[in-house]
Amino acid sequence: MKPARIAAYAARHLYLYKRSLPRLMEVFYWPLLDLLLWGFVSVYLAKYKGTMPNFIAFFIGAIILWDMLFRSQQGISVSFLEDVWSRNLLNIFVSPLSPAEYIASLLALSAIKLAFTSTVMITLAWLLYSYNVLTIGFSLIPLALNLIVMGWSIGIITTALILRFGQEAEVLAWAVALLFQPVSAVFYPVSVLPEPLRTVAAFVPSSHVFEGMRHVIATGALPLDELVWAIILNALYLGAAIAFFAWNFRSAKRKGLLAKAGE
Amino acid sequence: MADFIVKVIGLTKVYNGFKAVDNISFEMKRGEILGLIGPNGAGKTTTLQMLLDLTESTSGEISVFGLPLKKNREEILGRVNFSSSYISLPYSLTVNENLTVFARLYGVKERRAKIAALLEAFEITNIKDTPVRSLSSGQITRVCLCKALLNDPEALFLDEPTASLDPDMADKTRRLLKKIRGEKGVSILYTSHNMKEMEELCDRVIFMEGGRVLAQGRPDEIKKEFASDTLEDVFLKVSRRKEAS
Repeated sequence: MKPARIAAYAARHLYLYKRSLPRLMEVFYWPLLDLLLWGFVSVYLAKYKGTMPNFIAFFIGAIILWDMLFRSQQGISVSFLEDVWSRNLLNIFVSPLSPAEYIASLLALSAIKLAFTSTVMITLAWLLYSYNVLTIGFSLIPLALNLIVMGWSIGIITTALILRFGQEAEVLAWAVALLFQPVSAVFYPVSVLPEPLRTVAAFVPSSHVFEGMRHVIATGALPLDELVWAIILNALYLGAAIAFFAWNFRSAKRKGLLAKAGE
Repeated sequence: MADFIVKVIGLTKVYNGFKAVDNISFEMKRGEILGLIGPNGAGKTTTLQMLLDLTESTSGEISVFGLPLKKNREEILGRVNFSSSYISLPYSLTVNENLTVFARLYGVKERRAKIAALLEAFEITNIKDTPVRSLSSGQITRVCLCKALLNDPEALFLDEPTASLDPDMADKTRRLLKKIRGEKGVSILYTSHNMKEMEELCDRVIFMEGGRVLAQGRPDEIKKEFASDTLEDVFLKVSRRKEAS
């Protein structure tokens, strides 16, 4: 792997965000809209919260963290689609950039975009709702990192599927992460789910992260068992996602789909 | 140093039982302009894709610079380049930004000077800071050709590069390619449906039909073989023979 090539491909997308207002809006617009809508809903509901403490903290913390997962996934699949849309994919894959460097570059891009989006959301949450997500403390770092890694796995799998099934599958770039939202227990505890879905949730890293977040906000302590589960599952899924991409990449080359995707 | 820049032996590509390329063999010499011609569906593009490792062959061997392509992908792709009138570049980026990205991808030294020289050679210095989305298809083709020459490739694979250029610019492009070949000894594999262009430009041509090599040799040899005055006549004879059968 050559860092210079990884940086070169990342620069291609950073130029895009420097120049394209619609693309820049994509980074900030939806997170801002989510924060405004659900933030005000939670402020309103908090008036009727009864015995539930830290309602706003639970809700806005969940919005910010979920957005990290969603944006990290989009940072990969939408960046890939940018090259499909601009018929640039062949230029990339006839260059010396290896598939591993390509993925590494997408991960780096995702992290950069996420840093911007998260900074904006955290600042707005503080300004609009006097909510400081940093009150979660150092626990925020491992929780957020786990969500980012899960987003990467979903992004890599989605990209592999688009490579395999072509542009008609591009809707997956927006749909797949949302598939995990109900079982991630973002806005409610896992205990709310019916038994079969609780079993599914146990195998979804984000459900452990959000359970952990609620525990941290309620007690101040990070539940290590939830964190360890999230790390183990993420390691497995990230490895599987990379293997799936490599398999699909080879399959696309065998079937001539790589060349078709680029034209 | 290898005698041949590209050597292909028994190359075959089968898609679901259909032989898109059927056991073809050929070589491209250093400094040679080799044309790949044939009707639609002849297997030219699939062959080109396999030479660039975009499509995996079913069987056969490809070596470039004497190295097997499968085992030396990165090294080979760093020493060759590709352009096609069917691909483009990111629309929102300016010409200069696009070329800078690819110069970095290919590890080009003295990027600015190289980009400036290429823009001048293709007479597009004036659009350096224009986003690709605002360019005509002819201008985009020229920018893509600049991209293809950024790394001073030893071999250039060009898929109908002049298809969207006006006659003047197409002629200038051909002259430039000849000049580059003359000065730097670049080998060029060239596909086009413009038979006059192929006759003018190519040292040798490979005529493909139905995935097979029908004939290969100098344009005058091919014409003699088919008892025709021009390559276009050869093309028409082959196409109509196919229709008749």
